[in-house]
Amino acid sequence: MEIKSVLNNVEDAQSATAFKDSANEPEKKSFIKKIFGQSNLGDFIFEKLTLLFAVLVFLLVILMAYEMYTNSRLSIAKFGWGFLTSSTWDPVTEVYGALPVIYGTVVSSLLALLIAVPLGLGVAVFLSEIAPGWLEKPLSFLTELLAGIPSVVYGLWGIFVLVPWLRDSIEPFLQDHFGKLPFFQGAPYGFGMLAAALILSVMVLPIISSISRDILRSVPFTLREAAYGIGATKWEVTKLVLSNARSGLLGAIMLGLGRAIGETMAVTMVIGNRPIISASLFDPSYTMASVLANEFTEATSDLYMNALIELALVLFVITIIINMFAQLLVWSMNRKWKKG
Amino acid sequence: MSNEEIKSAVIASTGTAGIVQQSPKISAKDFCAYFGKFKALNNINIDVPEKKVVAIIGPSGCGKSTFLRSINRMHEVVGGTITGSLTLDGEEIMKSDAVMIRRKIGMVFQKPNPFPTMSIFNNVIAGYKLNGHHNKKNLAEIVEKSLRQAALWDEVKDKLNKSGADISGGQQQRLCIARTIAINPEVILMDEPASALDPISTAKIEELIFELKKDYTIVIVTHNTQQAARVSDSTAFFYMGELIEYSGTKKMFTSPEKKQTEDYITGRFG
Repeated sequence: MEIKSVLNNVEDAQSATAFKDSANEPEKKSFIKKIFGQSNLGDFIFEKLTLLFAVLVFLLVILMAYEMYTNSRLSIAKFGWGFLTSSTWDPVTEVYGALPVIYGTVVSSLLALLIAVPLGLGVAVFLSEIAPGWLEKPLSFLTELLAGIPSVVYGLWGIFVLVPWLRDSIEPFLQDHFGKLPFFQGAPYGFGMLAAALILSVMVLPIISSISRDILRSVPFTLREAAYGIGATKWEVTKLVLSNARSGLLGAIMLGLGRAIGETMAVTMVIGNRPIISASLFDPSYTMASVLANEFTEATSDLYMNALIELALVLFVITIIINMFAQLLVWSMNRKWKKG
Repeated sequence: MSNEEIKSAVIASTGTAGIVQQSPKISAKDFCAYFGKFKALNNINIDVPEKKVVAIIGPSGCGKSTFLRSINRMHEVVGGTITGSLTLDGEEIMKSDAVMIRRKIGMVFQKPNPFPTMSIFNNVIAGYKLNGHHNKKNLAEIVEKSLRQAALWDEVKDKLNKSGADISGGQQQRLCIARTIAINPEVILMDEPASALDPISTAKIEELIFELKKDYTIVIVTHNTQQAARVSDSTAFFYMGELIEYSGTKKMFTSPEKKQTEDYITGRFG
C-alpha cells in the first residue's frame, strides 16, 4: 500500500510538473516573440542577416555618394551648376566644365543602343522562338562568349581593324552619299564618335541578347499555346510573347545601357579623347569614364582632383537617373496594360 | 476496330440511323502520332459526327491529349509528328494551312490561359482580330455574343476592361471558351477543361458543353469518367496509345464490350 501511494505521489508530481511546463511554454514563447518579433530563433537570425545585407548595399551607395560629394567640394564651390553647362575643360587655366564629356558619354551610349537593341532583340527572338535545338545551343554559347571578352581586347580590335576600316571605306562612303547631313561631315579620321558607338554596340549586344533570350524563354508556354490555339501565326505569337515580356526586355536594355555608359577602356582607345561637342560622328569626342581613366594620374592640383571626382559623381547620378527612368517606364507600362 | 463497329458506335451515339449517311466531321484512319521515335498513338480509327460531343477517356499517358492536339495541329508545335490520315470534312488536316485549321478548330486547354496583358474584352476578341477584322461596333457585338454563349456575360459585363487574369479560375476558363467561340470555329476541342476547377465551376462548364453542341462539334478529353458519361454522346476509350473501344456513351457505361473498358470505367485501374 505504501509503495503504491508513493508511486502515485511520484506520478502526480510528474504530471504536475508536466502540466506546469506546458503551462509555462506559451509564456516563454511570447517572451522570445516580444524581444525578437519571431518565435523561431533560426528564422530570426536568417531574416535579420538578409536584412543586414540589404541595408549594407544601400549604405554602400549612400557612402559612395557622400565620399564623392565631400571630395569634390572645392570644384563644386568654384563652378556651381556651371560645371554641368560649361564646355571648357582646361587643366592649364584650371577651368573645368563637363558638358562635352557628358554629351560624349550620353550620345555614344545611345548610338550604341540604337544599333544593339534591334540586333540583340532579333538574336534573342531567333534563339528562343525560331532556332532548332541543334543550332540554338552553339549560337547561345557564342553570344555569351562575346560578353566574356576583356574590353581591352575590344579596344585593340577597334584600333587595328575597326578604325582603319572606318577611315578607308565606311566614312568616305557615308560622306560621298550622305555628306549633306550634319552627321557625316569633317575629315574621316576613323577615331571618333562613330568608332566608339560601334565598338560599344558590339560589347553591349551579348548582354542584351542573352538576357532577353532568358526573359523570352521564361514566358510560359501556355501563353504561346493559347495564341497558336486561336490561329495566330508565328509572327503574331512572337509579338504577343514580346509584349508580355516587355518590362523584362526593358530591363535587359537598361543593363546594356549601364554597361555602355560605364565602359572605359575600349572607348578610350578609339574615341579620340577631345572634349568637344560636334554633330558629326566622324569627329573625336570624350566620355566621362575616359577622362577619369586618362587624367586621374595627372591631377596635380587639388582643384583638378576635385573636378575629376565631381565628374565621377555626375556619372554616378546620371546612371541612377537612367535606372529610375527605366523603373518609371516599366511601372507606367504595367499600369496602362492593367487598365486594358 | 472494324468499320462495322464504328458505324454501330455512331448509330448508338446519334440514336438515329439517318445521320450515319452524313459524312463525319472529323475522321482518323490508321492514324499514328510520334514524339521523336516514341509512338504515342498506334493505328487510331475514329469518326466524329457533326454537332455531337465525343468524349475521350483513358488513364494518364494513354495518348488521349496527343490525339486531341493532333486534330488542330498543336501536336507539331511541341515537335511531334504523325502518319496516317486525319480529315476535317474529308480534307486532310496535315495538307491544309495550320493557321486556317486552328481557326476552324478551336481549343480549350486544361489550365485556363487567358492573355494576362489583355483586358477581358480584348481577350475575347483576340482571335477574331487576328483574322483582320477591326470594325469597332462589330467587335462589341461579337464580344457580347461570345460571352453570353460562354455563360459569362452577366458576371463580367461591368468589368470588361479589367485584366483577363483578374477573374476566378472558373470564369477564366469560360473566358477562354468565349475566346474560342469568337473566332466562329466549326469544332471545339477541350483538353480536360474542368480538371483545374472547383465542382461548381465544373458543373457550369458541363452545362455549357450541353448548350454548345447545338452549334459546334465537340471533342472533349477527360480523366473523369462520370464527366464523360454526363456530357458526351459517344465515348472513346484509349489505353497505351490504342483505341480500345468506341461506342455510344450509354452503351459504353452500361455494357462495355471489352474487359479493359469495364475495368477502367468501374475504377479497377487507371
